[in-house]
Amino acid sequence: MFDWMMNLFYSLPTVMQILIGIQLIVIPLMLAVAYTTFAERKVIGYAHVRVGPNRVGPRGWLQPIADAVKLLTKEVILPTNANRFLFLSAPVLTIAPALAAWAVIPFFDGGALANVNAGLLYLFAMTSLAVYGIIIAGWASNSKYALLGSLRSAAQLVSYEIALGFALVGVLMAAGTLNVGGIIEAQSGSIYHWFALPLLPLFAVFFIAGIAETNRAPFDVAEGESEIVAGFHVEYSGMAFAVFFLAEYANMILVSALTAILFLGGWLSPFQGILPAGAFELPVIGALLDHGIHWFLFKTAIFLFAFLWFRATFPRYRYDQIMRLGWKVLIPVTIVWLFVEGILVAFNVGPWFA
Amino acid sequence: MKAMRRFFKSFLFYELLLGLRLTGRYLLSRKFTVQYPDEKTPMSPRFRGLHALRRYPNGEERCIACKLCEAVCPALAITIDTEERDDGTRRTTRYDIDLFKCIFCGFCEEACPVDSIVETHIFEYHFENRGEQIMTKDKLLAIGDRFEKEIAQARAVDAPYR
Repeated sequence: MFDWMMNLFYSLPTVMQILIGIQLIVIPLMLAVAYTTFAERKVIGYAHVRVGPNRVGPRGWLQPIADAVKLLTKEVILPTNANRFLFLSAPVLTIAPALAAWAVIPFFDGGALANVNAGLLYLFAMTSLAVYGIIIAGWASNSKYALLGSLRSAAQLVSYEIALGFALVGVLMAAGTLNVGGIIEAQSGSIYHWFALPLLPLFAVFFIAGIAETNRAPFDVAEGESEIVAGFHVEYSGMAFAVFFLAEYANMILVSALTAILFLGGWLSPFQGILPAGAFELPVIGALLDHGIHWFLFKTAIFLFAFLWFRATFPRYRYDQIMRLGWKVLIPVTIVWLFVEGILVAFNVGPWFA
Repeated sequence: MKAMRRFFKSFLFYELLLGLRLTGRYLLSRKFTVQYPDEKTPMSPRFRGLHALRRYPNGEERCIACKLCEAVCPALAITIDTEERDDGTRRTTRYDIDLFKCIFCGFCEEACPVDSIVETHIFEYHFENRGEQIMTKDKLLAIGDRFEKEIAQARAVDAPYR
């Protein structure tokens, strides 16, 4: 059955294969985004000792659908003196890179839409592009709150991009390749071969900078409800706002997936090299223990939960504290660790850099 | 030494981790949300909700128009007009409570010598038009007639403490 479907798939023209692949990524991703919003409200509710949304559908499971319908039917308001073209293209510019980055993510062994050799570079470029959408949205709105929000967010994104980039450099030094699939392969062996352990400082820096890159709490000065209303998207309503919302959550999932891939070995099973080989040949449990997409999704979910947990816990960083953390803590940490890593690689130290 | 400790504490996000542990603990703790329309919290017999005017079991209204409630009302929400009825008793021709002014302090109920004006356990009500917030004598008597059983029961439960 499965082989027959795969044969049919490979007999299609390449364009069709790519289009089907895009659908297979984007539709589950959009569903994941919808249910991330639901999970966020539930997790924050639970942290507040509340129960969160539970009225729409069984145990609230239809809440994101209701939210989507509400946003779809609302009017998109164009501010009088806004630049119409830029105002409407800003949400598109925000969501396009957030979705495009998924092209090189390998969901399972060989399961990436595009096996790009410079995949890491492509990912870095795509995550950096998101800042344009935010700046354009803030400028085109012709509102001082939106402009202030986008300026703050631009400064923050530019600062944290450096730390993020250095963390990526550390990963590619250890893996010796820019290909995302290759980076996962380089971590195979056992759970001790994952980069989380030898690159622990870079792992922490990457995740913190990732939170800042997605403008999530505690680095959400771009939105700052108490100071600048809603930041860069004050003037947006209806579907235009929903697209920003989708992009933010798609970026959150992307950063979680990237952290899982770069530092926790993506689809690699944590039991590899620990359990005897016979364990992987058991009928059902063997498939669960073995490498596969479920490990990738599980690891992504852990980081996604961390995002929500941080939001429920931390108050917003002050603007100067954000800059201090980015420039005076995270960047020096990455530089020091890159130096240490360089020495380790040069002298073939340990099981990781041999 | 102290400076070193402070440096490492802030560098390793020690306090942020403590915060995460705290919210993590609450995340897993039991939720005590009362799911309001389905579940309700227990209510004291002294609950002060919507007002009502009561009657005696023979159908005669209790209010004797002494105006003590009007005098005691701190929000000046009560307006009373009186007349002498044909049988020589003093009765109200008008008994209005403006619910926008009322602060539900319960002084009118305390002041009433004949337990006529009372505050009931009703708290789920709304107005749709301006003017509906004035509770007239008819409306108050109607509420009293409808909920007499509950009102009497609440008074009986609370009687030993009065």
